[in-house]
Amino acid sequence: MDLRDAGDPVELAAKYAETGADELVFLDISATEERRKTLADLVLRVAEKINIPFTVGGGISSVEDVDVLLQNGADKVSINSSAVKNPQLINDLAAKFGSQCVVVAIDAKQIEGKWTVHLVGGKVPTELDLFEWAKEVEQRGAGEILFTSMDHDGTKNGFADEALAKLSTMLNIPIIASGGAGTMQHFTDTFKNGKSDAALAASVFHFHEIDIPELKQVLKKNNIPVRI
Amino acid sequence: MKLVIINYGAGNIQSIKFAFERLGVHAILSDDADVIKAADKVIFPGVGEASSAMAKLKATGLDKVIPTLKQPVLGICLGMQLMCNHSTEGDTTGLGIFDVDVVKFSNKVKVPQIGWNEIESLKTPLFKDIPEHSFMYLVHSFYAPKCDAMIASTNYEVDYASALQKDNFYGVQFHPEKSGKVGQEILKNFCQL
Repeated sequence: MDLRDAGDPVELAAKYAETGADELVFLDISATEERRKTLADLVLRVAEKINIPFTVGGGISSVEDVDVLLQNGADKVSINSSAVKNPQLINDLAAKFGSQCVVVAIDAKQIEGKWTVHLVGGKVPTELDLFEWAKEVEQRGAGEILFTSMDHDGTKNGFADEALAKLSTMLNIPIIASGGAGTMQHFTDTFKNGKSDAALAASVFHFHEIDIPELKQVLKKNNIPVRI
Repeated sequence: MKLVIINYGAGNIQSIKFAFERLGVHAILSDDADVIKAADKVIFPGVGEASSAMAKLKATGLDKVIPTLKQPVLGICLGMQLMCNHSTEGDTTGLGIFDVDVVKFSNKVKVPQIGWNEIESLKTPLFKDIPEHSFMYLVHSFYAPKCDAMIASTNYEVDYASALQKDNFYGVQFHPEKSGKVGQEILKNFCQL
């Protein structure tokens, strides 16, 4: 896999908060046991700097993991594979910290027309159907769903608006669209056609392909309620 | 100035501490009644479920202390809700500072309300120089309906009270510590009350 270094996370985070990002999601995609401590320290350094909501994910598999991250200033956590392996974790986290704290990330792609949940950053397929899993996640107490379409991620061809609209209509919790952002129009599309409650992007912001203040002006012109 | 954040184990209070530190105000975390009483300003935070948060408050005896405080007190999110008469969440009796009952949004809207929404009809020096329709970050399933103590209103399913005030007691449903520059201004205003 080609990796590009987008810069120092603490500086980037501060810059995004400053330029009008509405929320910051920090996903440590290579999280391992050894790196857990580094993550907590990084979370602390980011949390000190930013005045917007801050979600942290990557390698979280227990109530204790979440406790550490919250104590270091995270507002919410995002869990993915560990929720599939141990769905009770969603209930436990919601009971201990409240649903508002629990974001369940779901990676899925279409296999023979069926949206199938994948694990380990989209590498390992499961038996789970996206919509059934999303429903279960809501019932277990997730506060938000971060849905990444593996079919769209990295393509810059737009978000998975059809699947997003189905999720958003079916569920009564906010859905964050992820995967596929390439142009400002894609953001307008996912709010209008995908009925998404929020949209997440990384590379288009990191590599200055889309400017957040400009994007927000465009969204406002398109009658999407947005904080300027 | 001595600012104390009441630390009774209900939710993440680091964000609030950091927000004050960015304003140059050192915040002390405490559950000690004497420390809280001696503060110039008190923050009453809260995240999570109402009845368990209230149980924690009672376990520390702070439920008796908070209503007697004379300095400016700011309840945030669940903190604000616990300062009301009652909450339908866990059928919880509140501190009775604000004469209003907290109720739940219906299933006609997405619950919890998570995200940015506007505040309007702003009153009191807490909102000095804060523009009407400023966006604040909110995360909640229950709300205080419009009432006499309302000093800011937000629309989500209904127009509800997103801020309350009675005497030295203030409460905000939104998270000023997570609401960008405008949120920071509100915290600064609170420090200057």
